[in-house]
Amino acid sequence: MPEESSVISRRRALACMAFGGAGTMFALAGGVLTPVALAEAAADPKGAGALGKPLFVQLSDTHIGFNKEANPDVGATLGRSIDLVNALPRQPALVLHTGDITHLSRPAEFDLAQQLLSRLRASELHTVPGEHDTTDSTVSEYFNRFGKASANRGYYSFDHAGVHFVALVNVLEFKPGGLGTLGAEQLAWVADDLRGRSASTPIVVFAHMPLWTIYEPWGWGTGDAPQLMEQLRRFGSVTVLNGHIHQIVQKVEGNVLFHTARSTAYPQPQAGVGAGPGPLKVPPEQLASMLGVSGVTLVNRGRSLALSDATLA
Amino acid sequence: MRHIIRLGPLLIALTLASHAPAQTATPAAAGAAAPGVVIARDFMFAPLTVTIAAGTTVTWTNRDDEPHTVVSDTGLFRSGALDTNESFSFRFDAPGTYHYACSIHPRMVGTIVVR
Repeated sequence: MPEESSVISRRRALACMAFGGAGTMFALAGGVLTPVALAEAAADPKGAGALGKPLFVQLSDTHIGFNKEANPDVGATLGRSIDLVNALPRQPALVLHTGDITHLSRPAEFDLAQQLLSRLRASELHTVPGEHDTTDSTVSEYFNRFGKASANRGYYSFDHAGVHFVALVNVLEFKPGGLGTLGAEQLAWVADDLRGRSASTPIVVFAHMPLWTIYEPWGWGTGDAPQLMEQLRRFGSVTVLNGHIHQIVQKVEGNVLFHTARSTAYPQPQAGVGAGPGPLKVPPEQLASMLGVSGVTLVNRGRSLALSDATLA
Repeated sequence: MRHIIRLGPLLIALTLASHAPAQTATPAAAGAAAPGVVIARDFMFAPLTVTIAAGTTVTWTNRDDEPHTVVSDTGLFRSGALDTNESFSFRFDAPGTYHYACSIHPRMVGTIVVR
């Protein structure tokens, strides 16, 4: 992606860091990641045109209902995240929420989350549930509010701007001692959904728990994800987006970019540090730098995607 | 260290399960904890195995900053999400070995043995 990276001067990149201390943006072309800019879109609308069309923003792990020391006001940090998205000079049409909308699956938490998310200017909100959203035995609190897109199965697909989006659920087939599970029925549905699609179609897959094993002792992975990856292998551009671990972890394997997003609520420790994946308490002045959102832009004449992360700092 | 602590009670649990319903001389890992009380702390249930008499009520209490659930493998009992210091109770009337886990953190598992 040399044409994109060349438009960003070092001075411009430093200027962009002043906005939100935002993360690095990557352009993905042929499976190769190229660092491009830091929150370029928000800092310079004219220059941002060269970066492509804003496609969508990923929000994750809003945990509405959490009120402990690690962040006593998760509504406020979600509000700041929404402000960040709404301030983009070119609005993405879609927002994807990769789960753990609520902390305890309680009706009042879902109601508040819906109320806060309704302030997004983007016209479509697409969600998948996290394990915190599905602790009621019937999962009815989630499905009553967000089940329509999937006929209450949780998984569904749609197309936007030539990109095929696949929303998957890996938190419902709960197995004691195990990782997340997609299950045979959902994998068969994916095979059917992808059948006949051109290998040049950019694919975005999103689910709550990571679709590759990041740290098995904490359940940071999905046991049957390799069967999904087998189905995605023939596509030239695949972006796999997850939440769950409240921090950015990224890898590229062939034409597949794997990326986990920050939470808007509270950070979690790095894999294996401490007793388990609970809320990480950090000094208040550090919190904003550990929360944030991810953005994805269409580049290279719509054939590939670029990814950026912004914090609330 | 954590692995060593966890392994002991797990082996005992397996022994009990394999001998059930025969009476064994192993008085289980309930240890010094009050019968019928399980604490979820540091992403572990403690004690890992609790042995009780039929008719006893077991109460689980979450002492983590992170919510946990108590979900039976067979669907016999299921709590909602337990926030910090919240509890869930279930009375076990029939003898047997009951396995459960936290559905939010499925690696958190425990066993109730009812005599």
